[in-house]
Amino acid sequence: MSREVMEYDVVVVGGGPSGLSTAIKLKQLNPDVSVCLLEKASEIGAHILSGNVFETRALDELFPNWKELNAPVKTKVNKEKFLFLGKSKSLSWPTWLLPKVQHNHNNYIISLANLCRWLAEQAEGLGIEIFPGFPASEVLYNEDGSVKGIATQDMGLDKEGNKKDSFEPGIELHAKVTVFAEGCRGHLGKELIKKYDLDKGKDPQQYGIGFKEIWEIKEEKHEEGLVMHTAGWPLDKSTYGGSFVYHAANKQVFLGYVIGLDYKNPHLSPFDEFQRFKTHPSIKPIIEGGKRISYGARALIEGGLQSLPKMYMPGALLVGCNAGTLNTPKIKGSHTAMKSGMIAAETIIDHLKENKNLSSYEDRFKKSWVHEELHAARNVKPSFSWGLILGIIFTGIDQILFRGKLPFTLKHKHADHETLKLAKEMPKIEYPKPDNVITFDKTSSVYLTGTNHAEDQPVHLQLKDKDLPIKYTLEKFAEPAQRYCPVGVYEIQNENNQEKFVINSQNCIHCKTCDIKEPSQNINWVTPEGGGGPKYGNM
Amino acid sequence: MKILVAVKRVIDYNVQVRVKEDGTGVVTDNVKMSTNPPDDNAIEEAVKIKEAGKATEIVAVTVGEEKAQETVRKALAVGADRGIHVKVDGIVEPLAVSKILQKIADKEKPDLIFMGKQAIDDDCNQTGQMLAALLNWPQATFASKIEVKDKMLEVTREVDEGLETIEVNVPAIVTCDLRLNEPRYASLPNIMKAKKKPIEQINSSDLGIDTKPRIEQIKVEEPPKRKAGIKVANVAELVEKLKNEAKVI
Repeated sequence: MSREVMEYDVVVVGGGPSGLSTAIKLKQLNPDVSVCLLEKASEIGAHILSGNVFETRALDELFPNWKELNAPVKTKVNKEKFLFLGKSKSLSWPTWLLPKVQHNHNNYIISLANLCRWLAEQAEGLGIEIFPGFPASEVLYNEDGSVKGIATQDMGLDKEGNKKDSFEPGIELHAKVTVFAEGCRGHLGKELIKKYDLDKGKDPQQYGIGFKEIWEIKEEKHEEGLVMHTAGWPLDKSTYGGSFVYHAANKQVFLGYVIGLDYKNPHLSPFDEFQRFKTHPSIKPIIEGGKRISYGARALIEGGLQSLPKMYMPGALLVGCNAGTLNTPKIKGSHTAMKSGMIAAETIIDHLKENKNLSSYEDRFKKSWVHEELHAARNVKPSFSWGLILGIIFTGIDQILFRGKLPFTLKHKHADHETLKLAKEMPKIEYPKPDNVITFDKTSSVYLTGTNHAEDQPVHLQLKDKDLPIKYTLEKFAEPAQRYCPVGVYEIQNENNQEKFVINSQNCIHCKTCDIKEPSQNINWVTPEGGGGPKYGNM
Repeated sequence: MKILVAVKRVIDYNVQVRVKEDGTGVVTDNVKMSTNPPDDNAIEEAVKIKEAGKATEIVAVTVGEEKAQETVRKALAVGADRGIHVKVDGIVEPLAVSKILQKIADKEKPDLIFMGKQAIDDDCNQTGQMLAALLNWPQATFASKIEVKDKMLEVTREVDEGLETIEVNVPAIVTCDLRLNEPRYASLPNIMKAKKKPIEQINSSDLGIDTKPRIEQIKVEEPPKRKAGIKVANVAELVEKLKNEAKVI
């Protein structure tokens, strides 16, 4: 079937901080370059979810006058706390004893979704064509094996893949360079890393699942500019994770929890750990009397330098979290994602002008402050594989005494899908029932995300072996998809004494956790129809 | 034949609407906005009629703040030929919208005016009817099927009792039901082309229309939370509870 073709100098896949920064920098360097940016969400920002305490370093470089341009970066951090939580007690850790990377006094509490919306406005002002509601579903290759561009998703197919009346075929976008900025575990990025063997010689990638809720709290409890992090309860000492509580503007608190997806107990439910966390005596009083107004979750990438794949291939580049530029101990990835995009743009301009090889991306990246940061940060995450206490002690030595300059690099040993132990060997966890005031169930939570997918469309969560969940995963691991999915897409239902694996794909919030954690890598996340998924506001 | 289609920008139907804390309205900041769903059906029908060679031009019109233009742009991307945006800030009530549309109709002289049967934000279901009165044109509301005949429309209406089929003479106003058709997707090339189609901007004050609200809004509240249901053991208990607790029989 021949599809309509449109040609650009550069096509960017994904409208997050890295993709938008790539596009903007390209136009700033050369206004004559034609740039098109695709986004799968119904509008820019609608699939963006992040803490977010924002370091402005990359933004300062991209728009030195961002304050005059009224960027939604306003709430400066003015107070910091770090708590170690026990079951009912907490220990406040003095901030001067925290590694420097965890100091936030020059940073801002922002909504990354709103920053992306603002970046998109700037981008459109520079003449970049932005198309929200169009997922790139397929990579197109030239005969010589280089990336030719992408194709957008067909719209208007029914569950069996037949064309409905509203059928609208996808189109091909060809580019001299295609930039993949899909964010953590982008499904095309995954294909490219495999095809071009980009992760050869690298450690397996590491991921986490991050939850976020926005609460409107009582005025007397609100301390605008306060940033608080916690470690410890409710997670056991061998599970990597922690919380954030950011007091943003307008009496809002951004409350969230991140859990490393290398957790071992298949009975663990990240969602319920987060809900339970909110009942801690140091946390509950903050949100008591307030109202939860938003909910969401997204996988994030934590492997750092050891797991960072090669970021260039013939005709294409990977930027931001699609490659994995997040700084884990800093708990920040927006500034590094933006900078990686800006470096990509510089590389592309040289490539278009002087036909310089795209491999210079890696050289530039290595000379940049992103690489310096990631290098200093590299040993923190792997040290936590020894457990919380040893991790903290090592991190203290590594980050405070040696400032990340220890002469060795720890390795990530396992991919996250390999870490689950057998269900029968691990303790079951009894989670308290939601009280619908502080804690909630998944159904009422997904409702707040505004998620929808056109009902009658092919299921975008594909099983490589459709019998595996019941025949193998249920028996061995008590089918953990029921628990790691933050919105309850996966269910085991009992019909006439027969167990059935049900996929409620219309609830999917595109977090990609299933694609990462499924022990046999049996679930493949592909793009659904454009505009589907969550409709996040100021996440 | 020329068709004028009115479209409105509303909070997207997937978004959970939240009441402002001070009760003055609902939260619209950082909220995804879209075209009112039955307005999409109105545009789709107009485009279908044009594709069937029975209309020559489709003009999409919206009334609202600066960003309301996006709805016109979307209409242009699925087949409208040009757009009109009447700029008004703040709440515009159905009567004001009808008066504005009357002025636009006087100027554009369309043969048909299509719009959604109601908007999903205020659920008024008044604009089409008021416009029909102001223009003194026939109206066909809640249309689930439209057949264009010579100088006449045969319209099937969704009414409480079932379906009602009526004939109206052109010029006429039709308000569209969601069952009318399945709106198409805007293709990427058509969105590109739509960026080049003209949208005329008019200030409501230039039309001489006073858009000041006539209705005083006292307070906006969330509906009371539904209580959890209970299970009853048998019919007798059900009857007893309906009689004595719920007091409905």
